[in-house]
Amino acid sequence: MKKTYKIEVDCANCANKMEEAAKKTEGVADCTVNFMALKMIVDFAEGADEASVMKAVIKNCKKVEDDCEIFV
Amino acid sequence: MTKKQKKVLIRIILTIILTIGLEVVSRVFFPGEGDAQTSTFTRWLMLGLYLIPYLVIGYDILKKAGKGILRRQILDENFLMAVATIGAFALGEYREGVAVMLFYQIGELFQSYAVGRSRRNISDLMDIRPDYANLVQDGEVTRVDPDEVPVGSLITVYPGEKIPIDGVIEEGTTMLNTAALTGESVPREAAAGDEVISGCINLTGILQIRTSRAFGESTVAKILDLVENAGSKKSRSEQFITKFARIYTPAVCISALALAILPPLFLLATGRAPAFGDWIYRGLTFLVISCPCALVISIPLTFFAGIGGASKAGILVKGSNYLEALSRVKYVLFDKTGTVTKGVFEVIGIHHNEMEERKLLEYAALLESRSTHPIARSIVNAYEGKQDLSRVSDLAEISGHGIRAKVDGREVAIGNAKLMDSLDISYIPCHHTGTVVHIAIDGSYAGHILIADIVKPEAETALKMLKSAGVSKTVMLTGDAKAVAESVAKDLGADDFYSDLLPADKVSKVEDFLIRKAKGETLAFVGDGINDAPVLARADIGIAMGALGSDAAIEAADVVLMDDDPVKIAGAIAIARKCMRIVYENIAFALLVKAACLILGALGIANMWLAIFADVGVMVIAVLNAIRALRAPGWMRQAQNRGVSAENV
Repeated sequence: MKKTYKIEVDCANCANKMEEAAKKTEGVADCTVNFMALKMIVDFAEGADEASVMKAVIKNCKKVEDDCEIFV
Repeated sequence: MTKKQKKVLIRIILTIILTIGLEVVSRVFFPGEGDAQTSTFTRWLMLGLYLIPYLVIGYDILKKAGKGILRRQILDENFLMAVATIGAFALGEYREGVAVMLFYQIGELFQSYAVGRSRRNISDLMDIRPDYANLVQDGEVTRVDPDEVPVGSLITVYPGEKIPIDGVIEEGTTMLNTAALTGESVPREAAAGDEVISGCINLTGILQIRTSRAFGESTVAKILDLVENAGSKKSRSEQFITKFARIYTPAVCISALALAILPPLFLLATGRAPAFGDWIYRGLTFLVISCPCALVISIPLTFFAGIGGASKAGILVKGSNYLEALSRVKYVLFDKTGTVTKGVFEVIGIHHNEMEERKLLEYAALLESRSTHPIARSIVNAYEGKQDLSRVSDLAEISGHGIRAKVDGREVAIGNAKLMDSLDISYIPCHHTGTVVHIAIDGSYAGHILIADIVKPEAETALKMLKSAGVSKTVMLTGDAKAVAESVAKDLGADDFYSDLLPADKVSKVEDFLIRKAKGETLAFVGDGINDAPVLARADIGIAMGALGSDAAIEAADVVLMDDDPVKIAGAIAIARKCMRIVYENIAFALLVKAACLILGALGIANMWLAIFADVGVMVIAVLNAIRALRAPGWMRQAQNRGVSAENV
């Protein structure tokens, strides 16, 4: 199950860090952050609850890059 | 500029003024500043004064760095910049401290501005998103959001407006500009009954259109979605840079630490002056260079610009990985019908006719007028005249042979060689390739009509251009008979051809070539995207042609050519090559400059000013270079401008 979210982030390296952080989040099978399009595409693991997974993703992303926003 | 960017700009200007002011003041009042004799008081005063511009320009970085420490993100760039500048201050290099922060901010501002600009640039290029639709309800026209138009509604499109939603024209005739979708600047005609797709610009007439899809399902929404998400499939170069950045920054930071500590300790151990200050300064120089910004931003930006530039030319590339693969194409396999030929049968000759050509065609058209077979349709289309079907009687279709009937009381038979044999009429075989339709009237041979699929006029040039673009083999795969395939392949100058192939055979042929090709080379298959879906998927790069309005093609292929001009295959390769060249240029340039500055920094030759250049300067240059990818190579632009005069109608 793939979903696309709009994001707000200032630098390309930060976007890469967000991608890393999101990938490591439980319930996320894969994740791609497209810095140029400002989009995060999350591939949820089988049976994962999207809302709670996204909360964790946001938390983990904020940890690596304080100045980021994910619009769920 | 956004509000955020403006604020940074004001801070930058303020800092520059403050710093210049400080320089002047210090030169006038403390001419001896920097000398060993400078009093402690002056030094503290200078520190205090320089802290003002430093905090103006750097307070947010310091704040972020502080937060970063709490979150244990010590290699984040804010932290690095904070350490480098605070270090510089501690060493008494106030000017450098302020300068590093200042240029870092200038770099960040430039980067965010450039990225914002190219984001906008690309949406301008793809300026096909309609802002509104004129919905007709109970005879009244209201302007609504295209999203709110239900399927099957009637909408009005005035001249100069974009068609917002796919549909069928109910009323009106016009010329449509499809340039934003296809890159083709010659307008198309459209009239009642024609299907039209969203994104075209209505040039001349008022149209009433019955929508056949919701906005979200319309061509324009699909294309925008495709282009916007193209960057999500990352290329190997991007992955390399991401991985590299992950190693590079920590490695440089550790080296910086080692550089600041180990040499002085070694000197101390060998009984010499440790020169701590000097080595720490060198370490700090390293920190300034450690930021991977230039690489990390310029590579995706280049691909983004390349994909945007390609879309403008009517070439949709679904991801930067395909752009990369496209640049290494060595084998181009292509389908015949619809790809290098027009895919429609046309009468190309009437031979050995005993009567006037037009008369013969009239008889043929009269007999074929009820048939829906493509061959029959082509004969009817070629005749173009009005047919009085009451002249035809006793019509009999002989399956697999042809048709017999009476026209004006004369016995007419039309069909293939088998029909002539069965009627015992001697016929003259045709030495051209194509489908031959023989005609006999009153039991004697009257001539034959030659029907064939016409090769696109651009196809030969297209293949030549592929060759000059470095493609080593062009191969035609077709389900057609050998004779037809051979003649088309010869006309085009294709290296090889395979005929009588079923769709599954095409897949196995492509697989043969995939095994044969060397590592690093790629294979592209070009087809019409409708019946070639399995082959398109199997090839390294599946290129669908003439995809305008065809969802299946947009789904199946990796690269989509919006119109059916085969020259664009070479165009796509040229764009990909240009893009990859810029990518490599940027990687090489950034790495070389950074490596050179690191070495010079370690030797103590490079100071912090050079380090700032290695960081910010390289980034600016790389970004400017990346934006070049937005422009298609010269010859493609020329090809596009050919039809400009027609656009001005």
